[in-house]
Amino acid sequence: MASQTLYDKLWDQHLVKQREDGTALIYIDRHLLHEVTSPQAFEGLRLAGRKPWRLDANLATPDHNVPTSFKERAAGIAGIADETSRIQVQTLDDNCNSFNIEQFTINDARQGIVHVVGPEQGATLPGMTVVCGDSHTATHGAFAALAHGIGTSEVEHVLATQCLIQRKMKNMLVRVDGRLGTGVTAKDVVLAIIGEIGTAGGTGYAIEFGGSAISDISMEGRMTICNMAIEAGARVGLVGVDDITINYLRDRPYAPTTAQWDAAVADWRELTSDADAAFDKVVVLKAEDIEPQVTWGTSPEQVTNIHGVVPDPAAVSDETEARGIVRALEYMGLSAHQKITDIKLDRVFIGSCTNSRIEDLREAARVAEGRTVAASLKQAMVVPGSGLVKAQAEAEGLHEIFLAAGFEWREPGCSMCLAMNADKLGAGEHCASTSNRNFEGRQGFGGRTHLVSPAMAAAAAIAGHFVDVRDFAPIPTSNTNAA
Amino acid sequence: MEKFIRQQGLVAPLDRANVDTDLIIPKQFLKSIKRTGFGPNLFDELRYLDEGYIGQDVSKRPLNTEFVLNQPRYAGASVLLARRNFGCGSSREHAPWALTDFGFRVVIAPSFADIFYNNSFKNGLLLITLDEDTVERLFNEAQGVEGYRLDVDLAVQTVNTPSGEAIAFEVDSFRKHCLMEGLDDIGLTLKDQDAIDSFEARHRTERPWLFRDGQPV
Ligand code: SF4
Repeated sequence: MASQTLYDKLWDQHLVKQREDGTALIYIDRHLLHEVTSPQAFEGLRLAGRKPWRLDANLATPDHNVPTSFKERAAGIAGIADETSRIQVQTLDDNCNSFNIEQFTINDARQGIVHVVGPEQGATLPGMTVVCGDSHTATHGAFAALAHGIGTSEVEHVLATQCLIQRKMKNMLVRVDGRLGTGVTAKDVVLAIIGEIGTAGGTGYAIEFGGSAISDISMEGRMTICNMAIEAGARVGLVGVDDITINYLRDRPYAPTTAQWDAAVADWRELTSDADAAFDKVVVLKAEDIEPQVTWGTSPEQVTNIHGVVPDPAAVSDETEARGIVRALEYMGLSAHQKITDIKLDRVFIGSCTNSRIEDLREAARVAEGRTVAASLKQAMVVPGSGLVKAQAEAEGLHEIFLAAGFEWREPGCSMCLAMNADKLGAGEHCASTSNRNFEGRQGFGGRTHLVSPAMAAAAAIAGHFVDVRDFAPIPTSNTNAA
Repeated sequence: MEKFIRQQGLVAPLDRANVDTDLIIPKQFLKSIKRTGFGPNLFDELRYLDEGYIGQDVSKRPLNTEFVLNQPRYAGASVLLARRNFGCGSSREHAPWALTDFGFRVVIAPSFADIFYNNSFKNGLLLITLDEDTVERLFNEAQGVEGYRLDVDLAVQTVNTPSGEAIAFEVDSFRKHCLMEGLDDIGLTLKDQDAIDSFEARHRTERPWLFRDGQPV
């Protein structure tokens, strides 16, 4: 057989039917659901008198609107103060009950952000197709699963047919060669990639991340990278299977049983691109060139490194891009040539499906330990990605480090990543955020988001402005080499 | 889904690249559990000067009179002219729901984000990709001539300008067919129920660990 990329293999393994018009029916193994993009899909099913095709493929949890304050959370759904949020979470609960779909409910210890929960449970496995009504479903590609976000009509389509109508994407390889420097994390890698190829650079492609720097990164770091593939325009991000993948999955609740384990692992070992597989596009970055990244604008591609300055639109030749910069600077309240380290912060948010896993919290805690959040900050918060991450962090005493430093320690959920709940920025406030989108208004009306790694966010919280975490504290190499 | 065959409509030019779905419909409106009613909050942060919330009476809100959709000359527009990478960001289908609820049937841009592209066609919203130069020219014409209208004919795949020029566009035949017939994808897919059943049976034999039936989930 001709050489194949990982994406080609996953596609072939799920191809139900190729149609003459170029579309194909693709079988879906795992469908994750949350409260925001599912109610209209369930309603559609009900109106058409249809049933879910295969119940055990589905797993639901509320995440986007759940409150993260302990007090509001304690009373469960009934305790959600915002009425529309409460109705939405209640609707998910009702739909899961009436259609018999497995749900980790609001105060279940396993509840959390869908993209943290799936992998953590082993509900995301290599060789699966994984979909969810959320664009950051690309996260699951870190496991060599073909995973992408879908809209609500497609949520309904998957529920009803266990399939999606797709067109095959093109293959792109982003290779990061060499070794990352100390204090440079997966988040910096993916921001640097987006800075290089742009927010539309991956449109129409499935991006596979490879090279020695990616092989060195832990599963959690790989999830951070695949998570933001969509910010480079690609619906799919992928990393091939290796020992790190397999070791991560062992003993997870939804992983294969002992009886099936060896056969599954043998199958998973095939899930890498063949050595001579052809990619439609290849982008190469040198790990040594990547420094801690900070976004200055309102698009993730508007990024530079910590020692950089805000760009001058007058120096940009592309007219549309230059106008975009002018608008971004106005919105962000920044001026050309301003140093990144001079940007003062009002709030710091550590959380989201990009960076709310245990290694992220450890990294941030390492920087925060024994230090204090700057008095000039209005708020610094840490929101673990799931109940299990929270419990693990507490078992390690990380919450005490955060609380002692002046951070708030919250209940799991999406929180200030998109500010659908009470956690949000005020107009004009600058926030160092470990989330994935710095769009206008994303974290609150008029709010100004700067995307950074957890270590950089913690350092910024202590300093009150951006600082190079490498000068700031002697921290060991983060999220690399951990199995 | 509403059929799309031909649309002759007023053109509103939105001169801005990378319009993301948060901008098209901000998150506070995603709390609705319905598919309709998003039109008044389309481009909420650009259209109004204050912060919007769900269930609000928009008629009392201060308008940003500079925003294109607030200019009287574009009232009733059904064709949106946009810049590159339109619809980037989240997978929220609320974005096409808001555009169609407002009255748009067509968006023309040099490029679209993938998920938004898929979502739009499932809601009777036709997205037309034209090269940057052509889009630039349409921007000049739409901004220059009051009451500028385009005639979009899906059957023959052309955008017809007032000067009589017919600009051809590409659209995949499956999407075109569904739009023109107003077809529900699910019904179509279920015609292949046998193929799905046999695929599933084989998949289950080859990779049983992907199935958990019988086990408590
Ligand atoms: S954490 Fe943010 S990006 Fe991730 S699923 Fe939640 S809202 Fe979406």
